[in-house]
Amino acid sequence: MSDIVEKTLTALPGLFLQNQPGGGPAAAKASFSSRLGSLVRGITALTSKHEEEKLIQQELSSLKATVSAPTTTLKMMKECMVRLIYCEMLGYDASFGYIHAIKLAQQGNLLEKRVGYLAVSLFLHESHELLLLLVNTVVKDLQSTNLVEVCMALTVVSQIFPCEMIPAVLPLIEDKLQHSKEIVRRKAVLALYKFHLIAPNQVQHIHIKFRKALCDRDVGVMAASLHIYLRMIKENSSGYKDLTGSFVTILKQVVGGKLPVEFNYHSVPAPWLQIQLLRILGLLGKDDQRTSELMYDVLDESLRRAELNHNVTYAILFECVHTVYSIYPKSELLEKAAKCIGKFVLSPKINLKYLGLKALTYVIQQDPTLALQHQMTIIECLDHPDPIIKRETLELLYRITNAQNITVIVQKMLEYLHQSKEEYVIVNLVGKIAELAEKYAPDNAWFIQTMNAVFSVGGDVMHPDIPNNFLRLLAEGFDDETEDQQLRLYAVQSYLTLLDMENVFYPQRFLQVMSWVDASLSFLDGFVAEGLSQGAAPYKPPHQRQEEKLSQEKVLNFEPYGLSFSSSGFTGRQSPAGISLGSDVSGNSAETGLKETNSLKLEGIKKLWGKEGYLPKKESKTGDESGALPVPQESIMENVDQAITKKDQSQVLTQSKEEKEKQLLASSLFVGLGSESTINLLGKADTVSHKFRRKSKVKEAKSGETTSTHNMTCSSFSSLSNVAYEDDYYSNTLHDTGDKELKKFSLTSELLDSESLTELPLVEKFSYCSLSTPSLFANNNMEIFHPPQSTAASVAKESSLASSFLEETTEYIHSNAMEVCNNETISVSSYKIWKDDCLLMVWSVTNKSGLELKSADLEIFPAENFKVTEQPGCCLPVMEAESTKSFQYSVQIEKPFTEGNLTGFISYHMMDTHSAQLEFSVNLSLLDFIRPLKISSDDFGKLWLSFANDVKQNVKMSESQAALPSALKTLQQKLRLHIIEIIGNEGLLACQLLPSIPCLLHCRVHADVLALWFRSSCSTLPDYLLYQCQKVMEGS
Amino acid sequence: MMRFMLLFSRQGKLRLQKWYLATSDKERKKMVRELMQVVLARKPKMCSFLEWRDLKVVYKRYASLYFCCAIEGQDNELITLELIHRYVELLDKYFGSVCELDIIFNFEKAYFILDEFLMGGDVQDTSKKSVLKAIEQADLLQEEMGLA
Repeated sequence: MSDIVEKTLTALPGLFLQNQPGGGPAAAKASFSSRLGSLVRGITALTSKHEEEKLIQQELSSLKATVSAPTTTLKMMKECMVRLIYCEMLGYDASFGYIHAIKLAQQGNLLEKRVGYLAVSLFLHESHELLLLLVNTVVKDLQSTNLVEVCMALTVVSQIFPCEMIPAVLPLIEDKLQHSKEIVRRKAVLALYKFHLIAPNQVQHIHIKFRKALCDRDVGVMAASLHIYLRMIKENSSGYKDLTGSFVTILKQVVGGKLPVEFNYHSVPAPWLQIQLLRILGLLGKDDQRTSELMYDVLDESLRRAELNHNVTYAILFECVHTVYSIYPKSELLEKAAKCIGKFVLSPKINLKYLGLKALTYVIQQDPTLALQHQMTIIECLDHPDPIIKRETLELLYRITNAQNITVIVQKMLEYLHQSKEEYVIVNLVGKIAELAEKYAPDNAWFIQTMNAVFSVGGDVMHPDIPNNFLRLLAEGFDDETEDQQLRLYAVQSYLTLLDMENVFYPQRFLQVMSWVDASLSFLDGFVAEGLSQGAAPYKPPHQRQEEKLSQEKVLNFEPYGLSFSSSGFTGRQSPAGISLGSDVSGNSAETGLKETNSLKLEGIKKLWGKEGYLPKKESKTGDESGALPVPQESIMENVDQAITKKDQSQVLTQSKEEKEKQLLASSLFVGLGSESTINLLGKADTVSHKFRRKSKVKEAKSGETTSTHNMTCSSFSSLSNVAYEDDYYSNTLHDTGDKELKKFSLTSELLDSESLTELPLVEKFSYCSLSTPSLFANNNMEIFHPPQSTAASVAKESSLASSFLEETTEYIHSNAMEVCNNETISVSSYKIWKDDCLLMVWSVTNKSGLELKSADLEIFPAENFKVTEQPGCCLPVMEAESTKSFQYSVQIEKPFTEGNLTGFISYHMMDTHSAQLEFSVNLSLLDFIRPLKISSDDFGKLWLSFANDVKQNVKMSESQAALPSALKTLQQKLRLHIIEIIGNEGLLACQLLPSIPCLLHCRVHADVLALWFRSSCSTLPDYLLYQCQKVMEGS
Repeated sequence: MMRFMLLFSRQGKLRLQKWYLATSDKERKKMVRELMQVVLARKPKMCSFLEWRDLKVVYKRYASLYFCCAIEGQDNELITLELIHRYVELLDKYFGSVCELDIIFNFEKAYFILDEFLMGGDVQDTSKKSVLKAIEQADLLQEEMGLA
């Protein structure tokens, strides 16, 4: 076919009157080249876009005439082509010239052909139909004896070539792999690589030839073949493990400077080649210890060799670090790589700092202490004037977000979000915030407010999953009806407030979310009644409301309701969405509810819900509820487990105020990243539940079986929300606190397990069991449940309390429970849980009497050195006979001290007659807030130099611990210091005072004297620790 | 792999564009316009790297001209910065202390050099000597033909 095409082209009249004798060409050349010059100069001189357009249109029409004129020579055509390229670059259409570009490549001499090929590669794309006309030219040039022609053909083939025409040139290119010239072999390899990218099947048979290229005598050809290998190894690394040795050898030679000097770049040997090889090794060594072992040496050498202070060595270092962290880990290499990251992060050069942050982001999940090490730099970058740096810092923080630092991190993200205009950034950030909010939200108010921000900024562009998940969450709740209600109530109230603001526009999606939520709020009846009585506007039919809503979207006009604003604070919130609430109260709540959902469904709810809308699940769940074991199932699903410790510690440091602020921010950002939290952090993705999401997952699984139309979905939801509000259901949940019920709970969970085996993966179920334990605290349910797999039933009540806690936090150590006060009615005992990030005090109150206690309340007096935060759900009005409740407080220390007391009281009413109060007190020691700090010796060295406060003291050792190891062991056990290293008669230890004040200890033994040397960033901490040390050493 | 390379002036005039992945004309124009805006808005002391759409962008300014490359997620930013620098070195050697005007008036030459340095978006020859040798060889042939 292309044969014919070519003939047709040749036959075109008047095109090939080239090589006319005389001064023609020379004159033409001069005039044409000057015409490009004058065109360029003309354009540059212009000031307005309009003038430019005029000039270019003139130029284009003159070019159009010239290229199609029969008298135009190929030489002139070449000049025309250059001007056409220029016009296209300015953004004007020159497509009339494309065919002529192909002709020029076909017919021109070398000089013209080169421009023709260039124009073709710039004008056309891979699937352009005109490209077919080029195939024969390429085939011809590939067979040419002229080296330059062959190279041009190979170049154009690697740029743009129609997929379906590959077979026509493939054998020719394969032949070129044996060409005598290095440049041809190299280009042939790269052309085949491009074929591999666009049509991998077509080059499969020549894999063996790639191996030959890898072994080519010329470095350039070998380097070109690495592109193919990188690609193929990325697709299937297991097929190329046998080549690891070869790649390692090549890299060794390159690093060792064995390559010709011409491959050096600023006296660094072949950096591009090194980076290719490092990337290949990273892929080969991933999750493969044996293969990784082959490359440890060369990686070590690469890290060592790259000492020159040039950007290109940093490029190699960066790749090397990446590789070290990708392959099977070797601690020695990881340490060196971590040091390298430090070089990047601490560099004054902004590019290197940025890449340092990127590297941190990459390794942070493997090595969270690295973030701690660089926390001050990270804090600085958070306020960096360059938004790119800020953004990367947020990306880093996103990876280390946990229940404790969520509020600070999300706040930072929102700040950035409000400044962003680029859609891609907004979509990305909004998704992350929503994800974190669902996972770690500390409370309802925060969650709703955060989601409001998400919707109002990202509403138009965000992923539809976000509103879907959010609505599902609101609809299904998380099993504590009271909290669900509060959540919904809060959501609605916040929307009313938002809608009350004038001249504010909300994205369509946000309005949809609001109106969706609005429609099903039968539980607001009480408020509506109140609102109506205080003069709120009466009910209006749904369609009218919708119209109003839409009109409000443009202009918020509150005139009709102006009066109601003044009547009370509450009514102020009521308009305009308050109208719909009025409807519910007017007696036909259910009916209007239905009507509204129907109308809403038409209004675009459909868009919000995918094929697997949530309600089929809800329905199937309703079915379950009517079955034998309704309530316990709810409890299993319960998931509000994150023990949230609000952290706004102040650290007393002798630094400037700004410094202090940074420290403060650091302590709130890096909380939970401490030494021991490595496990937490790594486990985070697996074990920590999404605060809200997990439940819907289960239902998703269940819903697989049920299908339903949208109609059903909407109406059944509204009915369900009614059901959920029914009184017996409500009381049922509260009822459910007796011991007998609890046993039922574990039974049920087993039952459920066997029932739902087919629906839930096993792992998922286990996490439910263990997660249900902590969740109870967040509930109104103060009872401690034995998880199904928990310890024997014979254990005493207090200790079982502790042990079930251990189920939750196996790595936390806790003290024995001690009775702190009692009388004939109750007994209070307490114990400490030394969590990684705080001290958790638990008071368990046992009602010994056979009577119900009312208004049981435990309060802790404010103490000077401590910040005490009540864990959710600590106040329960009713305490049944012979039951135990526990109250949890997280305690943070505000400044170092030796010992302190925490006092409080428990109060209760008995039989509505007299109230009783019982005081208690608990002793806290500094050691309750000391945690090991696991760092490397290198980091110890760095930190040591950076700390200003130190204390030295010699302590006499008792005979029993005459040797250094045993002395250190004592410190480790009694003070929770971490032993980093013991070198001869010296030892390095480290610890931190919560939330994150590090303290280092250097020990040296002389005969029976132990020289202790403390250093810390805090001025008083070394003294206090020394005191504790002395006490311990003397005591033992 | 590099997705595209743009050369543009401080005034936002495109001087050279090379696309290594099939992109429609309309999309190209949109991307060029957007990216130029983003890069030109950045201050001198800022980082040379950007995350833009799903790409990474590496740019550097030489006198009045911005060199701007879009690369893929796993590509190395720093070596791309050196790649730009090597390209500038090549232009400088070829034109003899290159300036924006050389590229405006001889942009086809700038394309030829780029094609000899990168092939399909990947580095094919990092040796300055051999890139220029290949270019000169082709130029020489052209001259011979011009004389003939």
